[in-house]
Amino acid sequence: MSAVAAKNDVLKDLDVQVLSISVDSPFVHKVWNDNELSKMIGKDIPFPMLSDQDGTIGKMYGIYDEDSGVETRGRFIIDPDGVVQGFEVLTPPVGRNVAESIRQIKAYQMVRATKGAEVAPSGWKPGKTTLKPGPDLVGNVWKVWKVEEAFED
Amino acid sequence: MSTEIKAGCARPELMKKNEEVTQDSSEKEIKKEEQKLIRVGKPAPLFTAPAFYEGKFVNISLEDYKGKWVLLCFYPGDFTFV
Repeated sequence: MSAVAAKNDVLKDLDVQVLSISVDSPFVHKVWNDNELSKMIGKDIPFPMLSDQDGTIGKMYGIYDEDSGVETRGRFIIDPDGVVQGFEVLTPPVGRNVAESIRQIKAYQMVRATKGAEVAPSGWKPGKTTLKPGPDLVGNVWKVWKVEEAFED
Repeated sequence: MSTEIKAGCARPELMKKNEEVTQDSSEKEIKKEEQKLIRVGKPAPLFTAPAFYEGKFVNISLEDYKGKWVLLCFYPGDFTFV
């Protein structure tokens, strides 16, 4: 969570509200913030740390692990209409890539801003080629977009 | 929007609502048994939960953030290492 917190300013600029959530109580969140996380990022955690102590919310999102009684690393992108645009779920030992979450949000925001007139091909970042879906594009993606673009920074 | 919760000896009460409408209790039980991964392009299930934020204990509702983008991050537990 410290990595998400470290990028909170970037997310805030994108009008993104971060909410973290685990089965720990708010009191434990406070102690974790005060004693460890704040030392890792040099400030308090800048977003609400939610408690889902009986896993109800985790079950609603399908990421609660009944066996261990904790939530797995489920990360959901929810748009301003309250619609889930994307999610990623990892088992506990591997952390998420915050930069990828930010990239996906920027891509969804571009799509939303164009009302779907433009879409984001693989690896899209701001400044890279978007695609404009329509009859003319059918069978012609190769003319307007190169696979290498997916891997360029 | 957010209401502060008094820090007491008990853990804050859980306040969650599941918007899903179930026909009867038997169906509800089946729903409980098999949790479904939610689907993209569908509304995010709404909830309210106690939280720690800016030095206070407050209740946070997903609905409060309608009109904003939300990055909802579940994780296994405080003081876990990754």
